[in-house]
Amino acid sequence: MKFRVERDALADAVAWTAKSLPTRPSVPVLAGVLMRVSDGQLTVSGFDYEVSSQVTIGVQADSDGAALVSGRLLAEITKALPAKPAEIAAVGTHLELVCGSARFTLPTMPVEDYPTLPSMPEMAGVIDASTFAHAAAQVAIAAGRDDTIPMLTGVRMELDGTTLSLLATDRYRAAVREISWRPKDDGVNLQALVPARTLAETAKTLGPLGGDVLVALSRGGVGEGMIGFTGGSRRTTSRLLDPDFPKIRSLFPDQHNARATLSVAALTEVVKRVALVADRTTPVRLSFAEGEVVIEAGGSEDARASEAMEGEFTGEPLTVAFNPGYLLDGLSVLDAPTVFISFTTAMKPAVISPAAENGEPIPGYRYLIMPMRVGN
Amino acid sequence: MERAHQEQDDCGCTILHVDMDAFFASVEVRRRPELRGRPVVVGGAGPRGVVSSASYEARAHGVRSAMPGAQARRLRPQAVFLPPDMAAYAEASRAVMGIFADVTPLVEPLSVDEAFLDVAGALRLFGRPTAIARHIRARVSAEQGLTCSVGVAATKFMAKLASTRAKPDGMLVVSAENALDFLHPLPVDALWGVGDRTADVLRRLGLRTVADVAEAPLGMLRQALGDAAAAQLHALAWARDPRRVSTERVEKSTGAETTFDVDVMDEDVIRRTLLALATTVGERLRKAGHTGRTVAIKVRLTDFSTLSRSRTLPTATDVAREIFDTAWHLYQVLNPGERIRLVGVRVEGLVEGDDTGRQLALGEREHGWRDAERAADAAAARFGAVVAPASLLRGAGSMNHSTNGSAADISTLVGDSNLGPDRVVAERDFDPLSDPLRPS
Repeated sequence: MKFRVERDALADAVAWTAKSLPTRPSVPVLAGVLMRVSDGQLTVSGFDYEVSSQVTIGVQADSDGAALVSGRLLAEITKALPAKPAEIAAVGTHLELVCGSARFTLPTMPVEDYPTLPSMPEMAGVIDASTFAHAAAQVAIAAGRDDTIPMLTGVRMELDGTTLSLLATDRYRAAVREISWRPKDDGVNLQALVPARTLAETAKTLGPLGGDVLVALSRGGVGEGMIGFTGGSRRTTSRLLDPDFPKIRSLFPDQHNARATLSVAALTEVVKRVALVADRTTPVRLSFAEGEVVIEAGGSEDARASEAMEGEFTGEPLTVAFNPGYLLDGLSVLDAPTVFISFTTAMKPAVISPAAENGEPIPGYRYLIMPMRVGN
Repeated sequence: MERAHQEQDDCGCTILHVDMDAFFASVEVRRRPELRGRPVVVGGAGPRGVVSSASYEARAHGVRSAMPGAQARRLRPQAVFLPPDMAAYAEASRAVMGIFADVTPLVEPLSVDEAFLDVAGALRLFGRPTAIARHIRARVSAEQGLTCSVGVAATKFMAKLASTRAKPDGMLVVSAENALDFLHPLPVDALWGVGDRTADVLRRLGLRTVADVAEAPLGMLRQALGDAAAAQLHALAWARDPRRVSTERVEKSTGAETTFDVDVMDEDVIRRTLLALATTVGERLRKAGHTGRTVAIKVRLTDFSTLSRSRTLPTATDVAREIFDTAWHLYQVLNPGERIRLVGVRVEGLVEGDDTGRQLALGEREHGWRDAERAADAAAARFGAVVAPASLLRGAGSMNHSTNGSAADISTLVGDSNLGPDRVVAERDFDPLSDPLRPS
């Protein structure tokens, strides 16, 4: 194997593949990235038996072949290379990399020990890459981070005709995003529970590439229990979680008794400021009345803060307490200038949803937060 | 009888370790003088009870604390075996600690029957450390009719070694100059922190006495024991112990554990036991006004190997149901697959409870488990412990329910027409989420 490649293209490809490598691999070869050259293309692959990632870039190939090298080391090296073409060659049990006046020699691992990457499941449909990236970020933020209840670390994808829904909850908040997509079969009805972190990272790297993302998900047959995403020259597969998932749509109240309409930027700023006196598990209290909301935090003995801001409010005056982190998470992914916060009562979940500057609701996204109870 | 070297130089020996002699047994003998001079053993009832305390007459025949009761009975069948009366010991303990507090405010109780005292500030009032030690022994004897042994030294570690050597009913001063002469001939397990396992490691390195450890290269100790333990042992071996007498004793965790009369394999019994323990822990937390974020379990197998697991919750809790859910999950993940001798539940990282808000879970009822448990607390305060999780009502198997010395009462309520099982706090099947969040 011998080829010449642009430094930036190589660094991007290796960095992306190496990111999904396990930090403590069960077998040493899994810490490697596999480089394979054929037909003037370099394919860089990483795999940890859960997630696989692969990217293809054009190179000037002198000879075909493959080499397996430490992914972390190669990523660090390629990131630090000067902006010049790099020449890479497999020589015996080593990989030689020359870029400008820099020269590296890396040990290789046996290619034949490397597991075969799973093949892509059947193509199910196509989503706009940037829409997908936003939607995944909006929902993954509500997924659980610890594995007490494994299903809550996933994002549920529901492919129902031309609507693709993403849902997640960690028991304390929940998020639902509905987007339209182009299924291969308009009558499609599939569900999958995708590890939230993998979904968010994949969508985030595919989004800026623009164009479309191909979603591959099959019912039985090849790629059972697997989902695949392809965008540009990158593809990722991930093992799915057990598909059981709570019915979170029914948690969203049908009606509300009170609703606040506030500026997202102003509310974010005020909550961040007031929350300086609250720690991660103590609440901020929001007291809504007509035309105003007062935001407070802190106990009678501890540091305290309060700040008032303007805002539209309909309904009976109401005080509600939230974990400030959960509230800020919801606001940070709204992608809208205005927020609606809808309440039934102070002890029932509140719904955060986006609206345009003029107060026109923007459909498709809802974020539910369960309040905190204070003072028993 | 006070040892010969008591009159040696006690300059700078401002740390006292006071240890009551055969405390529980002595309290029993004090109120039943006819037992004086006879072997008395407290505790050790039940198939798996262990001896809590033995009088010196019983010790002469090999009976020791923490020895299984059956073994004690074999060694000394004539001994008087008594059930522990924790209330009486606690009262005697308070009286004795009160005497210490009259001497110095710097009293660090280690348990009911021993304490460290820093008497540096009491020298002007009461005289030299040896005089203070004598004064304490005299008062304890005169006012409480109990004997104690006192170690006097410059550090906590040396004071504790000295009191052990002075037992029973004695006093020993180990001056700074004599500390190494006293310490170095001792076996390695005299060092604080050296148990069976570390002693084995040290013996394999050829280190048998404290002197061996003191002379050993630090690098060798580091390799065998790790940096922190090596540094600590090396310092102790040179009689260096920077620990100060600390009066702050913050409760950092609350727990309860159960040793089964017969080792248990049945998951259902384990589950009910964990529920009972979680209920006890929840009650204690609520009573103390504490909440904690970390739930830990302890599982001891037949071969005495002990496994621990813990998990930190998103918000602090005092709700038995949440404690149980977490404990049961930890147990299932641990999946010991062997016969179990003991299980324990503990909540750690305690904070004052009512200041902080409580994060409600989606689908949780406004009046959920927490209110149910508070209502049960209120009912218990008025009528005694009448409310318990339903699955504990059928009798939770063969449980010898001991919790940190005091027996916890998981009361049962069967056949009461006014408060039938449907009126008590019902226990539902384990489900990680509340009803609306049940998997679709």
